[in-house]
Amino acid sequence: MLTACNLTCERDQRVLFENLNIDVASGDIVQIEGPNGSGKSTLLKILCGIYDEYEGTVDWQIDEAPLYLGHRPGVTDSLSVAENLSWLAGLHGQSLSQSQLANMLSAVGLAGYELVAAGNLSEGQRKRISLARYYGFNNRVWVMDEPFSAIDTSGVAALEVRLTQHVQAGGSVILTSHQPLELEVPVRRLLVGTT
Amino acid sequence: MLFATIKRSLLVTYRQPSELLNPLFFFVLVLALFPLGVGPSEQMLQLIAPGVIWVAALLATLLSMESLFRTDFDDGSFDQILVSPNSLILVTSGKIIAHWLSTGLPLVLISPILGLMFSVNEAGIIGIVISLALGTPVLSLLGAVGASLTVGLQKGGVLIALLIMPLYVPVLILGTALIDTAQLGGNYDGHMLWMAALLALTTGIAPIAAAGGLKVSLSR
Repeated sequence: MLTACNLTCERDQRVLFENLNIDVASGDIVQIEGPNGSGKSTLLKILCGIYDEYEGTVDWQIDEAPLYLGHRPGVTDSLSVAENLSWLAGLHGQSLSQSQLANMLSAVGLAGYELVAAGNLSEGQRKRISLARYYGFNNRVWVMDEPFSAIDTSGVAALEVRLTQHVQAGGSVILTSHQPLELEVPVRRLLVGTT
Repeated sequence: MLFATIKRSLLVTYRQPSELLNPLFFFVLVLALFPLGVGPSEQMLQLIAPGVIWVAALLATLLSMESLFRTDFDDGSFDQILVSPNSLILVTSGKIIAHWLSTGLPLVLISPILGLMFSVNEAGIIGIVISLALGTPVLSLLGAVGASLTVGLQKGGVLIALLIMPLYVPVLILGTALIDTAQLGGNYDGHMLWMAALLALTTGIAPIAAAGGLKVSLSR
């Protein structure tokens, strides 16, 4: 689905990574590991086309955008949970029915919060709004930057189940995480920033 | 996507009415204070009206400019827009249109009443409405370019003013000249066409420049 060749990125005169190659096929789950500041988030942004100060090539074999989760959840405080999710769905040309929305929210433990303004929720809950997308949107590639941060233990377990389902259904996942994943499917690991 | 963006931005503004009311209050307050400050002489008020109205409109717009892209930048919405298959230029255009609808349009609508406070005659009031209707979209468009470049900085307010003020000068000169001519009963077609030309030019260029500025700000 995605091939990236010879990626080299320099930031503030420091080489983050050099000649990095990534190949992601259908059913793959790739965990990017490395110490803080090693360029994990930058790498994900490069793959998604947010950051373009790099050398090398990123080639998407599908003509569909990935579903990206960044450090900033992309949730607008003054809009309600439902409004946020329909806007985010609209960005990908998708529309959500009432029942889909309800299912997505109950999957992340936010059932009944449809009409609450996102600004009135806690940080963990705002992150869950962003995570709810992964229970209803039909993008095949997921790119997630630290999906488990600010999420409680039961949330982590539920998300791990969802990741497994997604790759078993032929999707792909690229994520960064400091904690080891406990999945039933094999996880490929990629180290950045060791040089 | 354009309409979805406009709708969303207007909804956000509606939820935080201070964003909507601040520029309008500023505009009304400044213009209400002038007659008190310079005295009730009709001739004097008619003379200063065009300049004062335009300077107030310009500063009111500038005041609201910094927050144009701020929240979407800080909460990561722009990251999501960039990842999505939508054109950033279209989304930026939507945000600029919504900005004009929530700041520029109210100024245009309230300006006839403020014109009366300056004892501007009927023709002059029509001139005020026409010049503001053609000029305030240009202010929003140019301001968006400044806002896109400074959105990554913590305190971008003063910098926007420095970047954008020189570009506002032609609009200010044409706008005041239009009102002046209208007040004196002259034909102001020429001014109107020049302002319309400025509007057409900035409509074509500013959204592209603002989208480019945002891309630069986001790649940091």
